[in-house]
Amino acid sequence: MTQEAQIPISSDKDVVLARQQGRLLALQLDFSISDATLIAMAISELSRNIVSYAGTGTVILKGIQGSGRIGLMIVAADAGPGIADIALAMRDGFSSSGGLGLGLPGVRRLMDEFDISSEPGRGTTVTGKKWRL
Amino acid sequence: MEVPILKQGQFLIATIQAALSDADLVQLRTALVRQVVRFRSLGVIVDVTAMDVVDSFASRTLLEISRMIRLRGADTVIVGIQPEVAFAMVQLGLTLEDIPTALDLEEGLAYLQQKFTTTD
Repeated sequence: MTQEAQIPISSDKDVVLARQQGRLLALQLDFSISDATLIAMAISELSRNIVSYAGTGTVILKGIQGSGRIGLMIVAADAGPGIADIALAMRDGFSSSGGLGLGLPGVRRLMDEFDISSEPGRGTTVTGKKWRL
Repeated sequence: MEVPILKQGQFLIATIQAALSDADLVQLRTALVRQVVRFRSLGVIVDVTAMDVVDSFASRTLLEISRMIRLRGADTVIVGIQPEVAFAMVQLGLTLEDIPTALDLEEGLAYLQQKFTTTD
């Protein structure tokens, strides 16, 4: 049973692949179907951001443990243009690519823990954790 | 992964059979609009039962499909959104706005049939 997967992201096909692997890992970790779908959705949004804004990047999916709980961690990283104003990007309704503007704040709502670090010109790393109930 | 589009009288039925990439969704949009024009269809059913997730891109494309088809004077019904997919969509803040939805293909057809028999 693979507890960790590293998926290179460079096209919309990789977005599908990444979210399918994420769902599979979530089910292997005994998450409910509902939570596995939330996880797949978050991966879909994060990996699409990589394709749209950076072109290429990586999604790492990992089974984790913490204070007696089992969880799944998503790390979506790219070396793209980065986000100049993270606070603005985290506001509902903001989008710089003409989308619905629900990307990052939506993903934060899907996850139990959410962290974003970005440096203009250096890239963006988003980390999300979901703990099993 | 191409989505088959079936002509059923005055309606078209597009049944999504697997997870779709963004390109597949855009292709579905183009094909559906083209077919609605070609067959002068009054209604379209998009069956999303097999979709693993309906994320922001998929929601946006379904909305676009519905709006483009509306401009042709036809109606679109989305059927088969799975409960866990619906839950995830709400959590992410996605809605299909004013597109009619129905439980499954049968109810979707019933919706369109009722709509077009009462207005005849």
